[in-house]
Amino acid sequence: MEPTHNIRRLMDLYRTMSRIRAFETAALNAHKEGVVPGPLHVSIGQEGVAAGVCLNLTTEDRITSNHRGHGHALAKGAGVQGMMRELFGREGGHCRGKGGSMHIADFSVGMLGANGVVSGGIPIAVGAAQGLKMMRSSAIAVCFFGDGAINRGPFLEGLNWAALYNLPVLFICEDNGVSAFTATDTVTAGPGVIARAESLGVPGVTVDGNDALAVDEAAGRLVAEVRGGKGPRLLHAKTFRITGHTSTDAAAWRDPADVAAAKARDPIDRLGVLLAERGVATADLDALRLSAFEEMEAAVTDAKAAPWPDEAIAYEDVQDVGAVRFSGVSA
Amino acid sequence: MSVHQVTLVEAVRLAALQEMRRDPTVWVMGEDVARGGLYGQYKDFLPEFGAERVVSTPISESTIMGAGLGAALVGTRPIIEMRIFDFVMCAMDELVNQIAKIRYMFGGQARPSVVVRMPHGIWRNSAAQHSQMLESWFVHLPGVIVVTPSTPADAAGLLVSAIRSDDPVLFFDPKNLFPVTGDVASVIEPIPFGKARLAREGRDLTIVSWSAIMPAVEQAAATLAAEGIAADVIDLRTLWPWDQAAVCASVEKTGRLLVVQEAVSVAGFGAEVVSTVVETLGPARVKAASRLGAPRIPIPFSPPLEDAVKVTPAKIVAAAKAAMA
Repeated sequence: MEPTHNIRRLMDLYRTMSRIRAFETAALNAHKEGVVPGPLHVSIGQEGVAAGVCLNLTTEDRITSNHRGHGHALAKGAGVQGMMRELFGREGGHCRGKGGSMHIADFSVGMLGANGVVSGGIPIAVGAAQGLKMMRSSAIAVCFFGDGAINRGPFLEGLNWAALYNLPVLFICEDNGVSAFTATDTVTAGPGVIARAESLGVPGVTVDGNDALAVDEAAGRLVAEVRGGKGPRLLHAKTFRITGHTSTDAAAWRDPADVAAAKARDPIDRLGVLLAERGVATADLDALRLSAFEEMEAAVTDAKAAPWPDEAIAYEDVQDVGAVRFSGVSA
Repeated sequence: MSVHQVTLVEAVRLAALQEMRRDPTVWVMGEDVARGGLYGQYKDFLPEFGAERVVSTPISESTIMGAGLGAALVGTRPIIEMRIFDFVMCAMDELVNQIAKIRYMFGGQARPSVVVRMPHGIWRNSAAQHSQMLESWFVHLPGVIVVTPSTPADAAGLLVSAIRSDDPVLFFDPKNLFPVTGDVASVIEPIPFGKARLAREGRDLTIVSWSAIMPAVEQAAATLAAEGIAADVIDLRTLWPWDQAAVCASVEKTGRLLVVQEAVSVAGFGAEVVSTVVETLGPARVKAASRLGAPRIPIPFSPPLEDAVKVTPAKIVAAAKAAMA
């Protein structure tokens, strides 16, 4: 055990993962109930990556995320009420009901947005890092993307760019093994993300993404290097998406043995075992999980009761000059 | 305030120079910008501002566009140089899905204050991938300002506005007009978006146009005047927002409208102008409303083929006479 990993830090990881799990479970249930509209991409089983990385960041650090971004947002400190209301499309959502699950953002805590386009956050994170460096900020940019993103051009371009200008950006490849419904290794040539990153001069590290402690340790080292001006780094966190691609995908196409193996490696349960070994009472862990559950149930109750946004809000936040309501009628 | 005569490319160079001196958060990024840009529009910027604010980039259009957005989100104001318009097709996700929508999708949290410069229009014998005019696509895209100047003074003043704008601005440099000269003030004042310029005053016919075809329109208007047809010639300068009031007032006076565009006529901005004018004034007050643009074919390479598909002063004169009939 690293000395840095005192009980308090382990409990922080446990709490963050439990809150993400509880948030997404509550959101999934609400979706099944029909009160959360639209597609919902949850990251159940992947919480160790978001929790382990973001524990090493400050509020000033910026993150970009992908379509499966609830965990990243929560771990970065995004407000739960604003997130849940956004999923429900209600007033008081972080995006005023105009983004939904796929476009969660909370700029007040440095969460620069989820993204509906695979690899869409990579150039944005690279540019944020460039701007931060230009302004002599000590903050860094962290970019979460999945294994599917490494087959898109912006991955190549963005890593080349980050290395070229020695930018303070940490790339997180959250590798759950599937590109939507297709096993990524069946559509990916060559030895994978680390080889690709290193060919561009971006050092990379692979870690078990279902081991939150290992993610925390690896991310801690890489964040220190990036913040210290050593240039971009990449963390390859191998994990498993226990649920389907979207809320409506029952993932019945999966090999049940793979899902069972992943559940046995559940990041929350594993850290729970470790904490118990370190002398934390099971009742304390249960209380923490219950508290997360209650927090998210309360957020659902709040969101259900929240008013729908006024129609006028649809016409706001378009552009300062030249927004239009209907043909020929100025906004 | 002193005024001097400069080329259009020098006018936009001076405008960007003035704004980068005024605001240290303004910077420029794109291919070859450190060596002055493809047309010299950033000449001598590197020695004055350094490599951190004058960033020659890899040929990575997606990241040029997307990184510009990211840098704007942390408080800088990038000028994103696309080299020529046609290359923006390699950055459409970053422009259309990200820059144009990020403020809205995030409920106003993001301000993508970028200027995307896209020199466009027919470039002599450069063929189909270096000569496009697809500005109407972007008028259709909510979230952006579309700027299409034709004179050195307008290009300079509108570029100043674009750099100071918190909205993302798509700035279509008229690359064929870069050598054209005109008067520019030593202190370049911003020109508001959505205000047209009356290039010539008449009573018989309203001709509306923008960007690189404007000199041909003015030449045609001079020919028409010599034959007794006096046209109001309106340079829209910006296509979104555009000066509907000025155009409608002119057509109210003349009763006849001709829109001239270098772009393909079909589903072009000319259709939008005609439709808006007829809707606003009512069909009874518009005796003629038509548009002239390129045929719906790619721009060919060979000089006589290219000439054949271009809108020319003679074609404009003919279209104007048809509108008067």
